[in-house]
Amino acid sequence: MRLTCPHCGTRDLREFTYGGAALERPTGDWGPAWDAYVHLRENPAGASFEWWQHDVCATWLKVDRDTRTHVISQVTEARA
Amino acid sequence: MRFNALKILTEGLTGNKGWGPHWRDPDPKPAYDIVIIGGGGHGLATAFYLAQQHGLTNVAVLEKGYLGGGNMGRNTTIVRANYYLPGNSEFYSHSLKLWERMESDLNYNVMHSQRGLINLFHSDGQRDAAVRRGNAMINQGDDAILLGRDELRKMLPYLDHDTGRFPIHGGLYHPRGGTARHDAVAWGFARGASDRGIDLIQNCEVTGIDVEGGRVTGVQTSRGQIRARKVAIVTAGRSGQVAAMAGLRLPIESHILQAFVTEGLKPVIDNVVTFGMGHFYISQSDKGGLVFGGDLDFYPSYAQRGNLPTVEHVMEAGMTLMPMLSRAKVLRSWGGIMDMTPDGSPIIDKAPIDGLYLDCGWCYGGFKAVPGSGFALAHLLATDRPHDSATGFRLDRFTTGRGLMDEEGTGAQHNLH
Ligand SMILES: Cc1cc2nc3c(=O)[nH]c(=O)nc-3n(C[C@H](O)[C@H](O)[C@H](O)COP(=O)(O)OP(=O)(O)OC[C@H]3O[C@@H](n4cnc5c(N)ncnc54)[C@H](O)[C@@H]3O)c2cc1C
Ligand SMILES: [Zn+2]
Repeated sequence: MRLTCPHCGTRDLREFTYGGAALERPTGDWGPAWDAYVHLRENPAGASFEWWQHDVCATWLKVDRDTRTHVISQVTEARA
Repeated sequence: MRFNALKILTEGLTGNKGWGPHWRDPDPKPAYDIVIIGGGGHGLATAFYLAQQHGLTNVAVLEKGYLGGGNMGRNTTIVRANYYLPGNSEFYSHSLKLWERMESDLNYNVMHSQRGLINLFHSDGQRDAAVRRGNAMINQGDDAILLGRDELRKMLPYLDHDTGRFPIHGGLYHPRGGTARHDAVAWGFARGASDRGIDLIQNCEVTGIDVEGGRVTGVQTSRGQIRARKVAIVTAGRSGQVAAMAGLRLPIESHILQAFVTEGLKPVIDNVVTFGMGHFYISQSDKGGLVFGGDLDFYPSYAQRGNLPTVEHVMEAGMTLMPMLSRAKVLRSWGGIMDMTPDGSPIIDKAPIDGLYLDCGWCYGGFKAVPGSGFALAHLLATDRPHDSATGFRLDRFTTGRGLMDEEGTGAQHNLH
């Protein structure tokens, strides 16, 4: 698996760390929405939106990846 | 089908033509009292104990492929009871006791070999942690022995004891730990369940779960609709997807774990050795292959195969610990889909839908749990109360925060356990 960092180009998997499913972060106090955010997962077999960090340049990325084939269709900067 | 010495001898002399199948191959009936989705170790053990412990046999196990073809046939077969936290401790202790009587319960040779398991440690801090864990194991009634540097050197002379980065200070020895033949465990439970009247239905994929008025009424399958009063989801890495058929979201993320085996070698590794600092563990199969593995690939996957960085990492860690490994040729590597929970501990509980039950979240440690989980789930299905050994495996512990069992203290991230 290779990911394409918008800053550094296509790099080996060893340089990246998976940071969890890319979910909408809730606001407010602890409640069902926070419980779902921290614990529950869609856990898709197929297209999966995920946070990854490129350890080398420290940029957080949003990655669209197929969990059945490991094919990566899109990488964008997380803050964009 | 049964085995005996005379039959093996005559069959051997006459071309092995007289062996029959181990279990019946029935067509699904229109309705059962209980349907178990998933014919892996946990599903088959549940079926067996439903019949053996509770006399319930109007039961079907529905398997989309063949029995034991999932993680049950892909694991590295380590069996142990060396947990630390209440909840896990008593469960794995009970499971190990069931292992110790499994061969007579099933009248089947599962090649359970209590060859002992050794967790290495490399610093004073880790030694303290090993003492603490060992005491917890002893308090639970299980066995643990602390090995110092010299004792360990005598026992495992082939390790590189003085590596610069992780010099070996000793090990926590669990003599009742060991390995078993994974396929035989599946086959033994399958035969035992089938002989007692339970239907094991292969090539039968569940595609939908029927719920009416908040109650389960049955399942849709590739072989038609099957009605049931109770349905248990026992599908390991596929738990999230099967639960979604009933509109549930689970605290589970599916990750890939790889393992490796070398060509057959003469006996060289007598025990199971784990090298936590290097993310590496190894044992030798009865056929002689060195069976070893490491950590997850750390990203979600349903591919049943991993990537090369993990392969490289495992090989490096192995050779750091046991330089002799560099001479062995790796024959095969493979992967399985692990149902990872936010605290690394499993779930055996009722789902929030009447008549629906969950047995999942086994992460990468569910082989040793096969009898314990089957026993506990059978008890829950039969009595609607959790078995004493499994009261901690509640689904709501994540929501309430009460009774979380995070053995390694890594926090609520599914891939870090
Ligand atoms: C590489 C590797 C090494 C491991 N090493 C160890 C170890 O050393 N010790 C240990 O204790 N554990 C180990 N494990 C973990 C252990 O194998 C699993 O936790 C355990 O096998 C999971 O339970 P199971 O046997 O019921 O799962 P599985 O065998 O995966 O059974 C689930 C079954 O459900 C079926 N299924 C899924 N969806 C459907 C559907 N829709 N309809 C019908 N059927 C369906 C699947 O086909 C499958 O057969 C390891 C796992 C792997 C991958
Ligand atoms: Zn970068």
